[in-house]
Amino acid sequence: MTAENTIHPSKWMKTDDAGLYCVPGNFYIDPMQPVETALVTHGHADHARAGHKRVFAHPQTMAIMTTRYGDDMAEEQIAVPYRESVEFDEVATTESHSDPSKEGQRKIKVTFYPAGHILGSSQLLIEYAGYRLVISGDYKRRHDPTCPPFEVVPCDVLITEATFGLPVFAHPPIEQEMQKLLHSLEVFPTRCHLVGTYALGKCQRVILALREAGYAKPIYLHGALLKLCDLYEREGIALGRIIPVSEVEDKALLAGEIVLAPPSALADRWSRSLPHVRAVLASGWMQIRARAKQRNAELPLIISDHCDWPELLQTLTEVNPSEVWVTHGREDALIYQAQKMGFKARALSLVGYDEAAQEE
Amino acid sequence: MQAFSELLEQLYYTSGTKAKAQLILQYLATTPDPDRGWAIAAMAGTLKFDFFKRNTVKKLITERVDPELFAMSYDYVGEVSETVAHLWPELAPENAPDEALPSLSEVVDTFASISKQKVAATLANYLTIMTPPQRWALLKLGTRGLRIGVSARSIKQILADYGNQDIIEIEKLWHGVAPPYTDLLEWLEGNGAKPDISNAVTFHPVMLSHPIEQSDIDNFDPEAWQIEHKFDGIRVQLVCNTTKEKPEKALFSRTGDDISHAFPDLLDSVSGNMVLDGELLVMHNQEVDTFNALQQRLNKKKPTAALMKTNPAGLIVYDALVLEGKHLTDSPLSARRQALEDWFYHNGTQDKDTPSRLHLSVRLYADSPKWLRTLHKKVCENRAVEGLMIKRSSSHYLPGRPKGQWYKWKRDPLVVDAVVMYAQRGHGKRSSFYSDYTFGAWQDEQLLPIGKAYSGFTDEELKKLDNWVRRNAIGRFGPVREVKKELVLEVAFDAVHPSKRHKSGVALRFPRIHRIRWDKPANEADSLINVKALIES
Repeated sequence: MTAENTIHPSKWMKTDDAGLYCVPGNFYIDPMQPVETALVTHGHADHARAGHKRVFAHPQTMAIMTTRYGDDMAEEQIAVPYRESVEFDEVATTESHSDPSKEGQRKIKVTFYPAGHILGSSQLLIEYAGYRLVISGDYKRRHDPTCPPFEVVPCDVLITEATFGLPVFAHPPIEQEMQKLLHSLEVFPTRCHLVGTYALGKCQRVILALREAGYAKPIYLHGALLKLCDLYEREGIALGRIIPVSEVEDKALLAGEIVLAPPSALADRWSRSLPHVRAVLASGWMQIRARAKQRNAELPLIISDHCDWPELLQTLTEVNPSEVWVTHGREDALIYQAQKMGFKARALSLVGYDEAAQEE
Repeated sequence: MQAFSELLEQLYYTSGTKAKAQLILQYLATTPDPDRGWAIAAMAGTLKFDFFKRNTVKKLITERVDPELFAMSYDYVGEVSETVAHLWPELAPENAPDEALPSLSEVVDTFASISKQKVAATLANYLTIMTPPQRWALLKLGTRGLRIGVSARSIKQILADYGNQDIIEIEKLWHGVAPPYTDLLEWLEGNGAKPDISNAVTFHPVMLSHPIEQSDIDNFDPEAWQIEHKFDGIRVQLVCNTTKEKPEKALFSRTGDDISHAFPDLLDSVSGNMVLDGELLVMHNQEVDTFNALQQRLNKKKPTAALMKTNPAGLIVYDALVLEGKHLTDSPLSARRQALEDWFYHNGTQDKDTPSRLHLSVRLYADSPKWLRTLHKKVCENRAVEGLMIKRSSSHYLPGRPKGQWYKWKRDPLVVDAVVMYAQRGHGKRSSFYSDYTFGAWQDEQLLPIGKAYSGFTDEELKKLDNWVRRNAIGRFGPVREVKKELVLEVAFDAVHPSKRHKSGVALRFPRIHRIRWDKPANEADSLINVKALIES
């Protein structure tokens, strides 16, 4: 292909009210509203919604979506394993009209790569009109036994998230945070340690980290976490002995035990039946005191499934794209830093990825 | 330093006064002198000097971190100390100093003794050998900005509990003892005598009032109460003893801050052995000037002769705790008032050429609830008056806010409907919430900002406002968000002053959000002309 018929991604990747849109392929990535064709990076609710006509996603993401929304969550469900590609025919665009003979000849090729965020999480490589564009989705660079690690995919344009895109965010090793929890159990042996974790990803990662730290006792779960833990088990991730809180008749027996629940349940009436609760919250936001305080965490654990600042910079260096587009999160600082590092960088504003509603 | 940092960490995340008190009691029982005394001073806010200036901290961090990234981080975190604690560069393990972590008292002693030139380097060295939570503790301690949800009053209560004493005993001693409180703690533990403060010129905790209720007015009994003006100045305590060998005088704010340096004109004019309770104002002989005039004096740590001439300080005296060496706090208000009247009769106007700066508060009369209401309405017509004080004649002078003794009846606030123009994220507990709002009034087709408010709403309303700001933001100036000019706030405030600093030409006193007018169209909000009409003459 000659330079004349290359088209820069800024001409064919657009954003609108539904989200990020690939014009020649006529598909959206993680759309907020029901659309004709959706490519879904991972199963968190602010990325994966029900009601699209056609969904492309990694098989595990698809399983998460059907678990959450039912088997009929989309009319057509096309599972794409890691490192496999799907191709879309080019639809008419202003650019392709400039050369009518080329219309319909070009393809848009999309390949899925692991993102290391949660089970099934993917990056998408889009190849079109002489350019390679990678959409990172949500990702992290640390060890996580629940999913394969992030792969560095060389590209011209990298679209990266910036959830923790400020230099104040440097997440400590998860082992250290688990020690805090185990230490607290020693200091407060009669208090029920109620740990707020998001149902998808964080919950299972915390369970595995506890197991790796040698915690062999049963772990008790709020009902809202059960379905997804079952799914992880079916996907071959062993979580050890799990007991639903609803099956514990005498709740007084939960004194000194670890109970996992969605963060919202910490302040909910549900937790009142538990004995002398110590409110623990596992989230990347816990690094900021006021944030932890706002959530009424007595024991904040800094555990995140997103990149911290050093990981974001590591990724820029390793992927080494010629251009970076930064999306949801604290874009300003990462754009500034990327420019300082010599990258062309700009913000890509997407609607709907609400910080408050955002799962991790 | 480790124990102190851990205490702060636990206090920060623990809610409930009782649980916090337990943590502090445990700390007192297990921590040696003088560390624990310094910790008390840090928590009660009685440290006498800043270890280092905020600017020193800022300078150190800008030498180490890109200023733009620092600014963005600070805007997000909402607090300098925590931002610095996170951003301070860690040393690689192989370069880590093998210096031991200093104790709290070592830190205090070091900063108290080193020369100014060495402060920055010493601080930098400490920060490098500390963990982020320890850094936070040091920065909060050193700039005296510790806010851990424990008031000075609670600390006194905890000390009282620690030694099985009544809190009044602690209150009485408090301003006569100094950090690290070794004598006080020894006495509380039963290992020493009660500290002797009888001869010291110290602040005596003041007696405070409650807002009056309608039922109190309905039950008003003219025989039992003393009525006075409530002036729009600041409450102060004048302590003076010129009868002893080394004469001492001081002026304290109602929270015990020593503000003597700002009001030498007032202090120079007094002599005797007394503790007076009164309202500090700018006064031209008998005539009371506006709060704005006083504000100019309060802003100056050392006033110029010219300023003292144009804005002379005066004191309207309404009570005496000590008069001519005699302690009066155990006498009823009626007796204290009589003593004051006698004293003013003999000492008030001794010299015709230098009129006294002390003025006796005028007693007002009402013989029924109805008259009391009329009186209130009438006094509020004078804008230098904030309302009425209604005090029980039989009340003893009790520190704190005893029930049923003193009432304040403030004037109704002024209100205007203003339009939200900009919003900024709050700090501390409200970091990440858009909780500070700049609002404006109309001048023709244009809105001009008239003030900023960040209180008066519930947590629930804050969430809704925050959400509204996020959905209606149209621009960004650093941390400030410009919003669509669509939301009307009913803003309450105590007064309007002319101001040269603001484009609108007005400044509001104590603006707070009275109501959120989700229903009101922005074009129906008040005009600047309406606001200016409320300026006190």
